[in-house]
Amino acid sequence: MQTVSTALPLRPPAHRVDPRARTWWRLRGLGVAAVVAVPQLVVALVLGGPGWLWGTLVATVVMGVGYAAVVPEILFRIHRWEITDEAVYTLSGWLVREWRIAPISRVQTVDTEHGPLQQVLGLASVTVTTASARGPVSIRGLATAEAHELARQLTETTQATPGDAT
Amino acid sequence: MIVVAPVHALIRLVPLLLIVLVTGGSGDPVRLWITFGIAGLVVLGGLVRWRTTKYRITPERVELHSGWVRRQRRSVPRDRIRTVDLTAPLLHRAFRLNVVAVRAAESGGEHSGLNLDAVSTAEGESLRRELLERPSVPDPEAPAGPGAEPLARLDWSWLRFAPLTFSSLAGIGAIAAAGFNLLTELNVDPRRVGGVAARLTAAPLWVAIAVVGAGFLVLAVVGSVVLFVERWWGYRLTREADGTLRVRRGLLTTRSLSVAEDRLRGVSVHEPLLLRAGRGAQTRALAAGLGREAQGGVLQPPVPRAEAHRVAGAALTAADPTLTPLSPHPRSALRRRVTRAVVPAALVVAAAVVVGRVWPRLEWIAPTAAVLLPLAALLAWDRYRGLGHALTESHLVSRLGGLSRRTVAVQRSGIVGWRVRQSVFQRRAGLVTCEAVTAAGEGGYRILDMDAAEVAALIARTPLTDAVASRRCSG
Repeated sequence: MQTVSTALPLRPPAHRVDPRARTWWRLRGLGVAAVVAVPQLVVALVLGGPGWLWGTLVATVVMGVGYAAVVPEILFRIHRWEITDEAVYTLSGWLVREWRIAPISRVQTVDTEHGPLQQVLGLASVTVTTASARGPVSIRGLATAEAHELARQLTETTQATPGDAT
Repeated sequence: MIVVAPVHALIRLVPLLLIVLVTGGSGDPVRLWITFGIAGLVVLGGLVRWRTTKYRITPERVELHSGWVRRQRRSVPRDRIRTVDLTAPLLHRAFRLNVVAVRAAESGGEHSGLNLDAVSTAEGESLRRELLERPSVPDPEAPAGPGAEPLARLDWSWLRFAPLTFSSLAGIGAIAAAGFNLLTELNVDPRRVGGVAARLTAAPLWVAIAVVGAGFLVLAVVGSVVLFVERWWGYRLTREADGTLRVRRGLLTTRSLSVAEDRLRGVSVHEPLLLRAGRGAQTRALAAGLGREAQGGVLQPPVPRAEAHRVAGAALTAADPTLTPLSPHPRSALRRRVTRAVVPAALVVAAAVVVGRVWPRLEWIAPTAAVLLPLAALLAWDRYRGLGHALTESHLVSRLGGLSRRTVAVQRSGIVGWRVRQSVFQRRAGLVTCEAVTAAGEGGYRILDMDAAEVAALIARTPLTDAVASRRCSG
């Protein structure tokens, strides 16, 4: 049977996220690795834990560093977003890719969000929600100024749309 | 109005009081007094709640103020109200009261509405009418008469479907618990009655299993029938003069669900495996605020399939879209269903083999577990056969599931977004899972494992999102 394994089911959105997002993902990955690794290290050093603990510690560090080295690049290549006159359109994910589309006329709220790490890097996320709990569309890893401009523009468009968006 | 709150709180305490009276009677008056003290406080709390709870209906909003120490204000914009649900549990009925649950469409979902507990029956009725009224949208095709148009009423022959629903399991639980309670109250240990346990253990294993199984079966049937009667007594489905769909039902607790018809976003026809085997089905309405609970939006009891489709069509005042012939999904979807069903079953069998090796007394476990494999394969085949979707003039129809199959028809204009997911495995198989996001019902309805090549066309054919999918450019 003929399956088109490489062709994407939907065209990718037009824009990439800010290149600094790679650093953000990298730091986040390392952070998670550190949260897992530090207790192991403490137990191994202070309590003189069992020998295999050094093994898992090394594995954790290798995996964390490996993730930080490889995955953010892949994520950066995959993550894309686009805002047309009709819809907000994003593509995200790594092992499981996810395309999300929210029609602008159905957008109810527009939120901008800066986490602590994002603030340091000058990044922000824009989240658009619709009347459905399953519907939010997030664009993560935008430059702050760009995110604000986007949110302003989206808010304006949605306010101009009549109806209650359901 | 809210006499019910303190009484209700007190009634909830009755079992506790009884326990204290029975067990603590042996010369420990302190515990008794503490209990009465708590009961007094609870009643007082109920009274305070009643005094401080107020509601108000303005032209724009419904507001509910409650609480004394921790004040709460909740309001719902009236143009967001989608359904109004009147429930009268037994206690409320004794005082001719109703709980009015107002459900609204809102993002986030969780707290999209408020409960007015409790208002008098007459007031509840007028609230229902007032809140769902939409004078700005006169429907020229509405029936001229002021009366309600009946769409369906209870047919007692439907009782035969009662044991085929999942609630029969709940039925077993309820009846078993009640029976066991009664027996313990009477100081009878069921295990000792007439030496039942002794006789059962003396008999061969299969006899014991058969007896216990038959017992459970009888319990399940009786329990589900009792539940059916309680839930569906006096069932009527009507279209009111103001254009709302209304379901009224219930023996002890009466329930009335009203859905503003212009807010109806579709229907779903549910066919759990057993019900399907008995050629039955159940139709639910899709509207915002419905569908999060187990019984959310049910329009009818389990009924013969034809009746379910008739009601689905009547609710939408159109030919039932769930009867549309669906286009099946590619064979690779079957492969995915099979792997997902058979692999876990194989793991269980493998574990059983290991157990059999380690404990020779449990040798029979592996051959028994092997039965799972053909069952899993059958289930996978059944799930695959159910898969399908179609786009009609007005609705997106999709079907999935084996144990709990359902066919969902969502209005195309009710789709407020799309989520398309593709895992690594799906990418290899050329499949995607596409979810139509809507404000109604569960918030999103999936088309499982559809052909990846068809997604763009599907999205392009729904309003609002067409341009995103159809423009074939690379940025």
